[in-house]
Amino acid sequence: MRRIPFWITYVFLWVPIVVVVAMSFNAGDSPFNWNGFSFKWYGELAADEQIRTGLGNTLIVAAGATALSTVLGTLLAVGLARHTRSKLLDAVATLPVILPDIVLAIGLLAFYALVQLTLGLYSVLLAHAVFGTAAVAAVVRTRLSTTDPSLEEASRDLGANGFTTFWRVTLPSLAPGVVAGALLAFTLSVDEFVIAFFTAGPQSPTLPIVIYSMVRFGVTPEINALATVLLAVTFTAILAAQRLTRLAGSK
Amino acid sequence: MRRIGERFTLLGPGLGYLTVLMVVPLALVLSYSIFQRGRFGGLVYEPTGENFSRLFDPLYLDVVVTSVKLAGVTTLLALLLGYPTAYAITKLPPKWKTVALIALVLPFWTNFLIRTYAWIVLLSPAGLVNDALTGWGLIDEPLQLLYRQPAIVAGLLYAYLPLMVLPLYAALERMDDELLEAAANLGARPARAFLSVTFPLSLPAVITGCVFVFVPSIGNFVVPELLGGGQTAMVGNLVRDQFLKARDWPFGATLALAVVAMLVVLLMIQAWSARRLAGEKNA
Repeated sequence: MRRIPFWITYVFLWVPIVVVVAMSFNAGDSPFNWNGFSFKWYGELAADEQIRTGLGNTLIVAAGATALSTVLGTLLAVGLARHTRSKLLDAVATLPVILPDIVLAIGLLAFYALVQLTLGLYSVLLAHAVFGTAAVAAVVRTRLSTTDPSLEEASRDLGANGFTTFWRVTLPSLAPGVVAGALLAFTLSVDEFVIAFFTAGPQSPTLPIVIYSMVRFGVTPEINALATVLLAVTFTAILAAQRLTRLAGSK
Repeated sequence: MRRIGERFTLLGPGLGYLTVLMVVPLALVLSYSIFQRGRFGGLVYEPTGENFSRLFDPLYLDVVVTSVKLAGVTTLLALLLGYPTAYAITKLPPKWKTVALIALVLPFWTNFLIRTYAWIVLLSPAGLVNDALTGWGLIDEPLQLLYRQPAIVAGLLYAYLPLMVLPLYAALERMDDELLEAAANLGARPARAFLSVTFPLSLPAVITGCVFVFVPSIGNFVVPELLGGGQTAMVGNLVRDQFLKARDWPFGATLALAVVAMLVVLLMIQAWSARRLAGEKNA
């Protein structure tokens, strides 16, 4: 009895993915019925101008947001862990994690309208750095809780100033956490739809926005192919991050 | 003195950024709920309570009630499926534990729209579920599964189930087995030990998981649109429409405020249950 829900959960989680991947190799035009094996839809996908534009936009946004989030989030994590006990500051740093995305989305839309910032790619980039910063800060803090603060104290006692201590002692010991946090921020940004939907300019759709309009106008096997490619990329990134953090952690 | 400068350098940039691009925008948009909509979609800065009374207009109240119902059913199913799963994972050998956890989160890292799209493929009249049911001779005609409320629940459950399992797993994994042994030594049967030891100890995590599933479910507009076929609107759809279609920002802000209020109440319940548990431990 106890074992039944256990495997049901995994069947439930994986069947849709397996079906989508299998159907991406379908030779026919139907996303539902199997008509033989083919790479046809991958060809269509590669030739799709809209998707290429979306992908380009998404990579620009994700790269920029990740760079910004990694710097802000790492500093914030060290600051929160070592220099304050304020519950309020903690709450501000974790709010993006629990806040429904649509609330942040309309907030930013209203804010951009008020300061008269024209919506484009950078408006999405700035928005994605909000939850990116929170994500990096959370991951780095977990790492900080396992590092020894006495090393930093030793560095100070030996006469190093705050900057040298941070750069030569704190940061190297945090490196695996920083890398894992950056990967997390990047993946979150690539996948993010709702906030991008509200804050992207009409001329600069990100990939999820392109997927949304494709799905809304009907189901095509091309989406299956796109899904499979995205799955392969995400799974590789996650497994790499896992390997990386474990390697770094075991040192 | 040096410490103060250091603290400012570390905390300043991140908190400054989050203040300007999160705290201020949230305060701004939520404050719109007390203002009026201008004739051409703008804002008239004259306070009004009209937006709040509109919330209780049967037209909108109905959407709120339906959303709470659908998100509630999703949360309940997530708990019924997620609790035994989290419990079973803690009992696995360490190596399989990692595999089980990765297999749990990998689908979660798939693009959200694609995960929703997968359910269109599964539930459509020519899809796998109908194929299987007709194949087994359970039904003669394909069922209309898509564009109904259960399809929305399936999509939401699929989207947020791992958010239920992970906090439960973390809590159950930390649990002290000695407590259960003590219960067994005192003559408690496994079911009794579960009900009076394990479950109460995991209650804060249960509530955390419920918040993690319920809150994004209520604010979701993609699943109701794609799997509900636009026939069932949830609060998320209303907010989206007020901001992007009707251009009635004050009312959209009021709806968002209602979602935030629900979030705050749920978080308070969570904090209360965690405090109560900590209090019992210290007593």
